[in-house]
Amino acid sequence: MNSAVKIADLSHSFGKHHVLRQLAFSIEKGEFFIVIGPNGSGKTTLMKLMAGILKPQTGHVKILGIPNREYTPKTLARAVAFVPQRLPVDLPFTVGEAVLLGRAPYQGALGIERERDLEIARQAMAFTGLSHLSGATLAQLSGGEQQRVFIARAICQEPDIMLLDEPTAALDLAHQIKVMDLMEKLKVEKGITVIMVSHDVNLAAMYSDRVLLLKDGEIACIGLPPEVLSFEKLEQTYGCKLLVDESPLGGFPRVTLVPGRYMDSENGS
Amino acid sequence: MITKTPRIVTRLVWTSCLLLVVLFAVLFLGVSAGSSSGGMFSVLQVILGQSDPDSTMHAIIWQIRLPRVLLATLVGATLSLGGLVFQALLRNLLAEPYILGISGGSAIGAIAGILLGLSHFPGVSLTAFIGSIATLVLILVMTSGQSVLKKESLLLSGVMVNAFCSSVIMFLVSLTQDAKLHNIIFWLMGDLSTADIRQVGILAGMLLPCFVLIFWHSHAMNLLLMGKEMAQATGINIKAVTLTLLVASSLMVSVTVSYCGLIGFVGLVTPHLLRLIFGPDHRLLVPACILGGGSYLVICDLLARTLPEQGEMPAGVITALIGAPLFIILLKRSGR
Repeated sequence: MNSAVKIADLSHSFGKHHVLRQLAFSIEKGEFFIVIGPNGSGKTTLMKLMAGILKPQTGHVKILGIPNREYTPKTLARAVAFVPQRLPVDLPFTVGEAVLLGRAPYQGALGIERERDLEIARQAMAFTGLSHLSGATLAQLSGGEQQRVFIARAICQEPDIMLLDEPTAALDLAHQIKVMDLMEKLKVEKGITVIMVSHDVNLAAMYSDRVLLLKDGEIACIGLPPEVLSFEKLEQTYGCKLLVDESPLGGFPRVTLVPGRYMDSENGS
Repeated sequence: MITKTPRIVTRLVWTSCLLLVVLFAVLFLGVSAGSSSGGMFSVLQVILGQSDPDSTMHAIIWQIRLPRVLLATLVGATLSLGGLVFQALLRNLLAEPYILGISGGSAIGAIAGILLGLSHFPGVSLTAFIGSIATLVLILVMTSGQSVLKKESLLLSGVMVNAFCSSVIMFLVSLTQDAKLHNIIFWLMGDLSTADIRQVGILAGMLLPCFVLIFWHSHAMNLLLMGKEMAQATGINIKAVTLTLLVASSLMVSVTVSYCGLIGFVGLVTPHLLRLIFGPDHRLLVPACILGGGSYLVICDLLARTLPEQGEMPAGVITALIGAPLFIILLKRSGR
């Protein structure tokens, strides 16, 4: 029993709109797993189903071998932590207080913090490089720092599985790499299974162990980055011209977008 | 570092003690002040039971002023706490029972109950509760989906619900020439003068369980500030918590409305002031709203009793005079 997440026959629809159709795949423990796909392909819905925010309509999501409907909200929160796409950056708390909120699954109703909770919050802030900011309010931080606050908060849940929905979408280049490096460190040092939705196929190529390519709520392809991030599969799925070669860093594919003007000249000649 | 701020339990004890002292001081002031003032010392004598039980002062304090300040305390506490809960649930600092129209819905229910000739308790309290739940459902349906978070749609629906409620109230009033309703205008602006000590006791008995229940969910309200999805992913049973908080706060608001009419903006002013002083943690804000909100309404009622040279005005006049401008300031600031 090595699956962190096992999904079988999973379909989901909002009204008449089918978002996911009969997905089946599993994610191994300790994997860095990235979900890519065009807008509206069902990535976020898949994340919410894995996080237990949406209940499966048909099929099931097994977390660590147990269907997620058999967890209580608290026990599920100890196994799975979730960083959504839209962060509540208007949260009025300080960084330290916000990070400490992640201890709720281990606390009583009133969330009275014990020494152990404070220690874990301190470690999570050190891990994400936020120790010097713990007294600052969220509004004072940059986008990258805010993102790391919610990652630190998720780490406080001491999860086996970390789910992130486009954590790099709003970040500049340096912060993108910082967040991705952090996720890799989480996987290597803490053995946490990292599952991430991303729009950036190159980040997926650089960091993931395996990639899932979704199209219209179905699996277009799943496998190692070189298999999934191939010229044909990406062009088919996204419907645009791309160049795929090997990254100069070696060992993984590099995807280059082709501007329309190159296409026009090609057609003209 | 986290360690520099004192632990939550310490802060909770200090906050409660401080506000308890304030409340007692304000209560004493409220009992002392009035048209037949006999000086603070004689008031103290009466309260401590060292005066003649047949004296006028004794009667005024025990039968008129004490029930009135205690009623003001309970109502102020309830409305402040109601505001705090709705602000957390709707993630909107401008939410408040009166502004949302929940008080108006309770008032329709209460007036309907009075017209039907029901007893005050449990009859009118129950019809008021039904009225408040009906408005609450209406508001939630109107603002369902993403728009809940948008302050404009929430406030607009509140304005509409209030407009509708006032016309229904006026309709009900115009149907009857009953002497029961001669006080209706006073009641609509909040009337704390009708209390006797037994009613205050019944009211306290209904409100205290709601207070305890809401305090028990105060950390869940902290987590709710992250949004429903994130709160759920942090182990909160979102449906159960939301339902409990909505029912408890509607219940206590409707019960107070059925006793003393519409007192607006208390749930806006006190949570805002207390947030400025004690910060955003609901584990502190819930007890702070109970004690501080109680003090606030006692002061407002004191002003309402003593400012006019003759007679008195409804406490709701004072709370609206303070609250409405603050509401506009908050709205303007949040729009930036």
